[in-house]
Amino acid sequence: MNEQELREIVKRTLHRIAPEVDLDSIDGKTDLREEIDLDSMDLLNFFVALHEQLKVDIAETDYSRLTTLDGCVQYLREKTGAV
Amino acid sequence: MPSLGADMEAGTLVEWRVKPGDAIHRGDIICEVVTEKGDIEVESWLTGTVEQLLVQVGQKVPVKTLMALIRTEGEGAAAVPPAPAPSAPAPSAPAPSAPAPPAPTPPAPTPSAPLPAPQPSSERTRISPAARKRIEAAGLDASTIVGSGIGGAITIADVEKAMSASQPAARAESEATSVTAIRRAIARAMARSKREIPHYYLSQTIDMSRALSWLERENSARELPRRLLYSVLLLKAVALAVREVPEMNGFWQDDHWIGSDAVHAGVATSLRSGGLIAPAIHDVGGKSLDEVMHALQDLVNRARSSGLRSSELSDPTITVTSLGERGCDSVMPIIYPPQVAIVGFGRVVEQAWAENGMVGARRVIHATLGGDHRASDGHRGALFLRAVDSLMQSPEQL
Repeated sequence: MNEQELREIVKRTLHRIAPEVDLDSIDGKTDLREEIDLDSMDLLNFFVALHEQLKVDIAETDYSRLTTLDGCVQYLREKTGAV
Repeated sequence: MPSLGADMEAGTLVEWRVKPGDAIHRGDIICEVVTEKGDIEVESWLTGTVEQLLVQVGQKVPVKTLMALIRTEGEGAAAVPPAPAPSAPAPSAPAPSAPAPPAPTPPAPTPSAPLPAPQPSSERTRISPAARKRIEAAGLDASTIVGSGIGGAITIADVEKAMSASQPAARAESEATSVTAIRRAIARAMARSKREIPHYYLSQTIDMSRALSWLERENSARELPRRLLYSVLLLKAVALAVREVPEMNGFWQDDHWIGSDAVHAGVATSLRSGGLIAPAIHDVGGKSLDEVMHALQDLVNRARSSGLRSSELSDPTITVTSLGERGCDSVMPIIYPPQVAIVGFGRVVEQAWAENGMVGARRVIHATLGGDHRASDGHRGALFLRAVDSLMQSPEQL
């Protein structure tokens, strides 16, 4: 799986939580919690969905690394060994 | 038509899930109605046999309108009154077997484990999965699409037809209308609260370090899908504190406080489309933390997809509003009538904290209580908030 595919998975997963948001218009470095109004339950649902799709374990202490689009992709690259 | 909260005046029947002759049990879903709070599944308060359906699909009727006759076990055939005219108020003396509107303190419908898995709202129209995806992607309302498939099922072709027919202006107008409707409903309930309830307010800063450290240890040993949110600890602590100060829990009706043994905690939940609803998690005090977490997840997901059940909206006995990590320090919450108390939690903040003559940095949360002076006073309210604080200091016992 390459970086682009990971990014698509992340966006698709976010779309299910925030269907009204145009994810293509979001800067990869902005905080998703602020930008698309995610609360702690949304974030947990997001992490669980990524965990189930990609079979990666996300430690609670790593949550802060997954709060931007770029951060998510980078983290998942490391965890899945994607190039 | 059950009252699904102080702010509801009427509802529109979308679908009957039963027909005359069907055997039903208390808690079974008998119909679906659409209200300002979205689509709600209405549960039966009786066990028996459906005798007659009195309201037509599509009909909008006021709260307390007689909708169906149910013959309870051991009862002879019920006398059937004539069906009320459309939008007529409910007959003042419903037939003995008529489903009464929810009683103020219904016993908790406590489902035994396993709890139902979180699921989207059930469908009122047959829609193929592919068509449903298209409907969601296009932001259309399925109820406005005419199905041409088998049994009126909505197909992809129907969705495409509806998409081409739906003008952006019309869509924007319909969204604006539903947001306005929920704002109006909130305004009605809150205006009534401010008009009728003599509120008093108390606040207590709670040291959360022990609870959060315990939770971090607990979560680090758990698989991601089984992890807990700290709001679950707060909900459970509120439910247990009610045991010490029961007058925080229940309803104010006809100049009397009516207590409730079980704590059905209304959870203030913001909707992505705007607005707020506070459906209940039933019997929080009788649930384990895992069960409360599961129920919270299920409830929030269903609230946001318009899949709530009538009892969840009609019987919260106390409400909890938690601002979460992006909120501000504290909230002065307004009681949701006919309840008599609401507990608010601000975000967790780190602050200087003195204890035993030493100052250190601690994670704390500001808890507030909005109490109804008709049902309790500040002294009892203070005992209640102190009890919440004390419970949070022994998280492993929650």
